[in-house]
Amino acid sequence: MDEAFQISLTVNGVAVSRSVEPRQSLVDFLRYDLELTGSHVGCEHGVCGACTVRVDGALVRGCLMLAVQCDGSRVETIEGIAGTGEVFDLQQAFAQENALQCGFCTSGMLLTAQDLLARMPGANAQEIREALSGNYCRCTGYHSIVEAVRKTAEARRRA
Amino acid sequence: MKPVPFAYHRPASLEEALALLERYGPDSRVLAGGQSLVPALNMRLAAPAALIDINRLPGLDGISLEPGGLVIGALVRHGVVEDSALVARHAPLIAQAMPHVGHRAIRTRGTVGGSVALADPAAELPACLIALDAMVRVAGRGSRRDIPAQRFFRGIYTTDLAPGEIVTAVVVPPIGPGWSSRFAELARRHGDFALVGLAAHCRVDGGVIKEARLAFCGVGPAPVRAVRAEAVLSGRRLDPDVVAEAGSALDADLDPPGDVHGSPALRRHLARVLLARTVAQIVA
Amino acid sequence: MSQIEKGRSYIGESVVRPQTARLLAGRGVFTDDITLPRMLHVAFVRSPHAHARILSIDSTAARALPGVVAVVTGEEMAGVCSGWVGTLAHFQGMKSAMQRPLAVGRATWQGEPVAAVVAERRAVAEDGVSRVRVEWAPLPAVTDPETALDPSTPVIHPELGDNLAFKLELNSGDADAAFKGADAVLTETFTMGRHTGVTLEARAILADFDPSERRLTVYHSFQAPNMMQDILARHLGLPEQDVRVICKDVGGSFGIKVHIYPDEMATCALSVMLGSPVKFTADRLESFVSDIHAREHRVKAELAVKRDGTILGMRVDDLTGIGPYSVYPRTSAVEGNQTIRLTPGVYRFRDYAASLRVVFQNKTPMCQYRAVGHPIAFAVMEAMVDRAARGLGLDPVEVRRKNYVTAEMYPHTSQTGYFFERLSHEEALDKLLEISDYRALCAERDALRARGVHRGLGLCAFIELTTPGPAFYGVGGARISSQDGCTIKLEPSGKLTCMTGVTEQGQGTDTMIAQVVASAVGVAMEDVRVLTGDTMVSPYGGGTWASRGAGIGGEAALQTGKTIRANILKVAAAILQCEPEDLDIRLGKIVDTLTGEIRLDLAELGRVAYFRPDTLPKDFQSELTVTRHYVPRHQGFAFTNGIQLSHVEVDVETGLVRLLKHWCVEDCGRIINPRLVDEQMRGAIVQGIGAALYEHLVYDEQGQLLSGTMMDYLVPMAAEMPDIVVGHVETPTTYSEGGFKGAGEAGTAGAPGAVLNAVNDALAPFGARVTSQPITPEVVLKALGAL
Repeated sequence: MDEAFQISLTVNGVAVSRSVEPRQSLVDFLRYDLELTGSHVGCEHGVCGACTVRVDGALVRGCLMLAVQCDGSRVETIEGIAGTGEVFDLQQAFAQENALQCGFCTSGMLLTAQDLLARMPGANAQEIREALSGNYCRCTGYHSIVEAVRKTAEARRRA
Repeated sequence: MKPVPFAYHRPASLEEALALLERYGPDSRVLAGGQSLVPALNMRLAAPAALIDINRLPGLDGISLEPGGLVIGALVRHGVVEDSALVARHAPLIAQAMPHVGHRAIRTRGTVGGSVALADPAAELPACLIALDAMVRVAGRGSRRDIPAQRFFRGIYTTDLAPGEIVTAVVVPPIGPGWSSRFAELARRHGDFALVGLAAHCRVDGGVIKEARLAFCGVGPAPVRAVRAEAVLSGRRLDPDVVAEAGSALDADLDPPGDVHGSPALRRHLARVLLARTVAQIVA
Repeated sequence: MSQIEKGRSYIGESVVRPQTARLLAGRGVFTDDITLPRMLHVAFVRSPHAHARILSIDSTAARALPGVVAVVTGEEMAGVCSGWVGTLAHFQGMKSAMQRPLAVGRATWQGEPVAAVVAERRAVAEDGVSRVRVEWAPLPAVTDPETALDPSTPVIHPELGDNLAFKLELNSGDADAAFKGADAVLTETFTMGRHTGVTLEARAILADFDPSERRLTVYHSFQAPNMMQDILARHLGLPEQDVRVICKDVGGSFGIKVHIYPDEMATCALSVMLGSPVKFTADRLESFVSDIHAREHRVKAELAVKRDGTILGMRVDDLTGIGPYSVYPRTSAVEGNQTIRLTPGVYRFRDYAASLRVVFQNKTPMCQYRAVGHPIAFAVMEAMVDRAARGLGLDPVEVRRKNYVTAEMYPHTSQTGYFFERLSHEEALDKLLEISDYRALCAERDALRARGVHRGLGLCAFIELTTPGPAFYGVGGARISSQDGCTIKLEPSGKLTCMTGVTEQGQGTDTMIAQVVASAVGVAMEDVRVLTGDTMVSPYGGGTWASRGAGIGGEAALQTGKTIRANILKVAAAILQCEPEDLDIRLGKIVDTLTGEIRLDLAELGRVAYFRPDTLPKDFQSELTVTRHYVPRHQGFAFTNGIQLSHVEVDVETGLVRLLKHWCVEDCGRIINPRLVDEQMRGAIVQGIGAALYEHLVYDEQGQLLSGTMMDYLVPMAAEMPDIVVGHVETPTTYSEGGFKGAGEAGTAGAPGAVLNAVNDALAPFGARVTSQPITPEVVLKALGAL
């Protein structure tokens, strides 16, 4: 009843061609078929943000897209983004502020923060809080994450 | 929570999509943004035999200004609506409502047509369309219809769509002089479904509301035009008595549900508060 | 040879955690990330009813599905995995029925697993679950703790006689006399809502049984690997040494992941039955209905006071409804036991009477969750104190100060038998007032009231039990280790490898241990590698619970560090032909104690010790791998203390509460890493705020969970949370050399009370107050008479 569908896409700059079940989510495809386990599954409701990835440059919930929908798309995960150095300053700030404890929300937080700073370089603390309000963290209470993003924004503006 | 197995179709044209809809009938679901459908699939609340992915249909993802009004294609993403200068200018109520729809990542994918076709009682966009007297443009095999929003939203997840039809656009009529709008909602957390939301579109002259369109979401099975409250406010200068009277009239307009987030009494109360605050802001 | 600065201690330094690099790159290894050859996945048929007899289970259609490997019921599993009973001998009179990995004959909570479907993929296992036909005969559900003990209420486990799991009465002094002599008596009933941990990484376990060696390896998102090893060995009938539990990265635990779950035991049993690796990762819907729940309490409190604000006495009656079973092995009596024992502990009045009833219900089982019992105890106590102050027209700060256990009263034993070596209530209060500019905030609040803006300030003083001694669980018969161990090995390269029995879930255990070890030995932190969470490699220990990591694991690391340091110096002395006392280790070099001159590199020492022992004296043996253990013996707990302040604004028209800011001053003894302590406080405080305002597991009268999704169960998100300022007082314990106490739970202990008091402060001008949590708009508006 659910025939496999052939998809071709690029993931972190690498061309990928696979046969997938239509019902498989993008994040499950990334985690199990491509073994890119840096994106995580926290709810499969689209609420917690742990699965956040980039598709065609835009922020997306990996649990709310089907892999088949990414045929022809450009997908970026934390592994690729960390590898290019694009979020190096954010990562440094997160480490300095201890803006992560268990690390499960971290890839989603980094991608969301990076997307915010790209759209709103002048974001203040409240705007940062609102932009991150779709990413659940149970460990930090958010204070240090907001600090890390705020400090990075400031540093980028100064640079 | 993994979905049931289903067939997947990715039609390249509207005709192909409509043919697939007819072939599968009620055993299929249309996939646009997926931000409401995919959670339902994950929870197995939806278990279709086939998914018809309409994301590649041409011509449905534009925003344009026509003599009949602002046309927003069904596949326009919430995020694009949010950032659109045309929408900000010609349907500011919708522009005001967009930041309340979920979070940025949801708005990247969620579509106007999807929100309209789903008709979630707490959704912001249907209430805006009703307040703006917008039309919902619909296509079926060999048929095209324009349905007034007021008639389109019938109940919980229930619209005027006939089997085999899909939403292709919404059309917001030109807004005349003197009209001003305000969208407001009360929610526990940023991005949550509204406890109560109000899409208010009013013609204001000299500090007096001449005509009011007040569409509430989250207070019933479908968005509700608060016609009794509108009648109380029309043509009168706002003072505490008038506002209180409008609040009482609102009680008769609404029949809110009770759920884990609040009782009917809570929603009635919050609707009255939202009404008072929003009309005060519109007039100011 | 150059001078070298005198040794470096990392104690008290906010070192950046080395683990963050890995996690920031997306290279964490969480249990669901692990795949093994021929790995299978399990999904569970769960009871849709709160209480129902299982008439039949027909798995024919499920087994016929391609990709489904096995469908197993409770009867089939009973021969492989024995059941368990969650009672401990030191809770006198406690009773509970036997619980099995898969229910047999009857389900007693909605979500209880009754059958397991094993398949090649999780999606296929779920397809199989939907094809299993279970015939149910629903039974009446017991859901109201108030009536659980009524004769007309069905008894969930008839063999137990009634629905009472545990009861306790405590009496200190003469509460009746105190009440007779009071100028005012306040009575209040508090209703605390059931909630749960919602770890972002849901529970996950991967069991790998090798039938050729009859050895079981389990990858587990868990806090206490040795405890799991022990229980798996006993209940699966395997020798303890042939069970290995490995905890890799854990995505949050907070106590949720320290209990025995039927679905996790079933997963291990399935691996034994099938001889293949079997993985279970709970999905979010399963989590809500099967993770342990916590904190459903109805507390009646009475406070007797004098006109001048002196507290004369208190009575507390606590009723809590757990699930149909007490959870194994720690029992579900601990939360209630701690609630009534902790309540008066901050204050010195002696006349206290408390009673506790823990009753069974047909809801998800309840057990220990971060700050067990403390948040309820202090919300109740501090709300009563604030109400007394308000009613008597007194300053809430001064009423607390007047009633505190004060500095000269230590060592002190509380009304309920808790021993306090030394706490710092007054210092913490003074510091809090200073860092928050409390008086200015009060003045501002008063000024804004006149303008119709309703702000409130709420204090919550608390104590927190940490670093438990050996009597906590072991004395009741549980094989839960209260001691811990640390092994340090000097590698030939001169670097250190350290293995510890305390575990890491993001709080920074690895870092904290490295800081202690580096300081104790005299090396740079970069030269220490820490390994935790593998029962085959780590010394036998207790893992993470009751905030024991620093106090117990840290002390073990300190003693081990000192010992290996001495051993290294003996080797150095043998190489250099001098006395060990002439030498010191500083920043990884062997130096002359007096001159600081570098004499030897540790890498050179390693080379000689491991590869050239022929150059050392014949009667000398290097011992460069050392293990030391530690168990606190001098006090039942190393209590810590603190005080929190919440600043809120209440919209009295909508009932919405806005958190403006939050402060916490806490005393956790000698601090190893201040930033990590601050961050524990912040995360814990937000968890407490969640309970105070948002989180609620709502059940209907049929025992159906109504708020079991992320849309309906509201967890705190960034936009609504306040900035949190943390201050410290340090009162090291003198019972250990390090002086460390625990810090992981204190934030949660005091936050709900602070928020509750702040909201009531804001509502005070209206003569309104709230006495239930979560404080939703509905609760506020009802209190105001608006609904």
